[in-house]
Amino acid sequence: MAVASAETARREQTITVAGCRTHLLRSGKGAPLLYLHGAGGGGKWLPFMEQLATRHEIIAPEHPGYGRSDTPDWFDNIHDVAYFYLDLLKALDLDGVHLVGSSLGGWLACEMAVRSTARLASLTLIGSAGLHVKGVARPDTFMWTPEEAVRGLFHDQALADKMLAAPVSDDELEWQMKNRFATARLAWAPRFYDPHLHKWLHRIDVPTAVFWGAQDQLIPPVYAERFGELIPGATVRTFEACGHLPQVEQPQAFVAAFTAFIGGAA
Amino acid sequence: MRFFFFHLMPYAPLDLDYDKTHKSAWVTLPNSYYDAKLGADLYNRYLDELEYADELGFEGISVNEHHQTAYGLMPAPNVFAGMLARRVKQAKICILGRALPVLSNPLSIAEEFAVLDNVTKGRIITGFVRGIGAEYHSMAVNPAESHARFHEAHDLIVQAWTRPGPFAYEGKYYHFPYVNIWPRPYQTPHPPIWVPSQGSRETIQFAAAREHKYVYLQTATPAEMLFKYMRAYREEALRQNYEASADQLGWSVKIYVAETDEIAKREAKPHIEAFVNKFLRMPVEMLLPPGYSSIESMKGVMAAKKTITGGARTIDQLLEQGTFICGSPATVRAKLEEYQHKGGFNIVMAGLHFGTLPAELTRKNMEIFAREVMPHLKDRVPEGYRPIAAE
Repeated sequence: MAVASAETARREQTITVAGCRTHLLRSGKGAPLLYLHGAGGGGKWLPFMEQLATRHEIIAPEHPGYGRSDTPDWFDNIHDVAYFYLDLLKALDLDGVHLVGSSLGGWLACEMAVRSTARLASLTLIGSAGLHVKGVARPDTFMWTPEEAVRGLFHDQALADKMLAAPVSDDELEWQMKNRFATARLAWAPRFYDPHLHKWLHRIDVPTAVFWGAQDQLIPPVYAERFGELIPGATVRTFEACGHLPQVEQPQAFVAAFTAFIGGAA
Repeated sequence: MRFFFFHLMPYAPLDLDYDKTHKSAWVTLPNSYYDAKLGADLYNRYLDELEYADELGFEGISVNEHHQTAYGLMPAPNVFAGMLARRVKQAKICILGRALPVLSNPLSIAEEFAVLDNVTKGRIITGFVRGIGAEYHSMAVNPAESHARFHEAHDLIVQAWTRPGPFAYEGKYYHFPYVNIWPRPYQTPHPPIWVPSQGSRETIQFAAAREHKYVYLQTATPAEMLFKYMRAYREEALRQNYEASADQLGWSVKIYVAETDEIAKREAKPHIEAFVNKFLRMPVEMLLPPGYSSIESMKGVMAAKKTITGGARTIDQLLEQGTFICGSPATVRAKLEEYQHKGGFNIVMAGLHFGTLPAELTRKNMEIFAREVMPHLKDRVPEGYRPIAAE
């Protein structure tokens, strides 16, 4: 197990946890922040990470089944991945972790936190999956074309245009396919939620922030309220003129809100 | 050549302009397009056609399974096999097939097939399939579990048919403390299992495996691809140290035969074009949900299936590709001889109804085919033919 000393430089490494070779991005110095990506995959440096790296050690893995990480034999459901991440925190000997999860990564973060918050300092959910609110229509993202899938993420379509115009390498195409497979395995049915999670969110006993884009098309903001009701003491913050990924669409506002939350939580 | 009659039972009165407002005839096409009065007549007409095929001397008649679509109105094919079981006197009844992974309880499939096998005194042929990608949307079953569930359900059903019960079945997806079906099947060791497929490598290996030797039935494919898949099956058999019989290989193909080439083409054109361009139409996201096939086969299938999801096709393109056979009896005979010679198969699953083909043309097609094509080719076998060897 490679456990690197804290450095501020960006680096990529592969560690093995529970038999799964796992690709990690690491950067920065300070209180550890574990970022769990959404269904689209991780493995990319994003501007909000750079900004947070000035005061945190950022650890951004690609989930088992995604991108450059292995698809282990035990990869069957969201609970498997939650236990894997609890193992990963232990393997890296991380304590006082600020856990941040976006979309499917938010669901994962919840599944971890209802099992154990022993190594956590705080929990931040961004447009999180994992719950189901009856009667609230949601799009079927598995039916979306690749273009619809990009457009649906953002309120600001100029961002989507930019993303769609960017060239995609063969490796990236293969990872996208792999990511879709992994997401189907975890989230096909029930669609992006665990019917039992809501019963146990009350167990989360670390400060929790729920961040949501007011124009989130994937998971409507009514879900933010639901998470806010179910997690004791959680605060809900909505980002105006913003889609499913505030950390990508409005990195400055996101970092400011996160920093304020952590400041208050510390 | 052995001839079977195949019916898909599409909702033929479909408003073909549906595609101005909807992407597909599958999964999300509102069922308000279905008129029960028309549908009731249609079901009875289609069942009559299947019974008529028995009278005309086909070796077997076939039904299949699709869910929530105008493409095929048989969500529960064993219901249809059951309706036919007591009326059809000679022909085998083929259920091609049941989509094992999308059904919640494979043990009930073992039971249903066993009942049909008893009632028909061993005249059923069963089919095991995974279902096409769209069924995973329709039935909310995880496509990433499709292969694993298929294999496990297959093992469970074969064991239920062959092992003395009660015994426990302990799988990853299916757990039964008591497997002990009543009735046991009529045929020994069990009813034949056929495997219809679009040609995935995993499926060909599964069907050709020495312990299976299941009949592999290639569905809707251009002729060149058909030859390739037939070869792949024979090569897999050789790898497993046996020689595949031509009776292990079949082709499911739409056929229209009429008095002359010109009449055949004129009569078939609107109906076969409706079949491929309207009933089969679906976007790639619907056809290939993630995990349904391995990443490698997904890449291959996506390239090959651009035709299903892409632009409209004409009868001429279909004839050129060999996905459709159409013409006078002489033309149809010559085509079948050529394809059998090149493909080395002995089973022809003739789709003599397709798309919007009306009742009178369907009957005419069936009659000319049965009288002027089948008798001429009945004794024709591929070069080097040998029957399926007993173990």
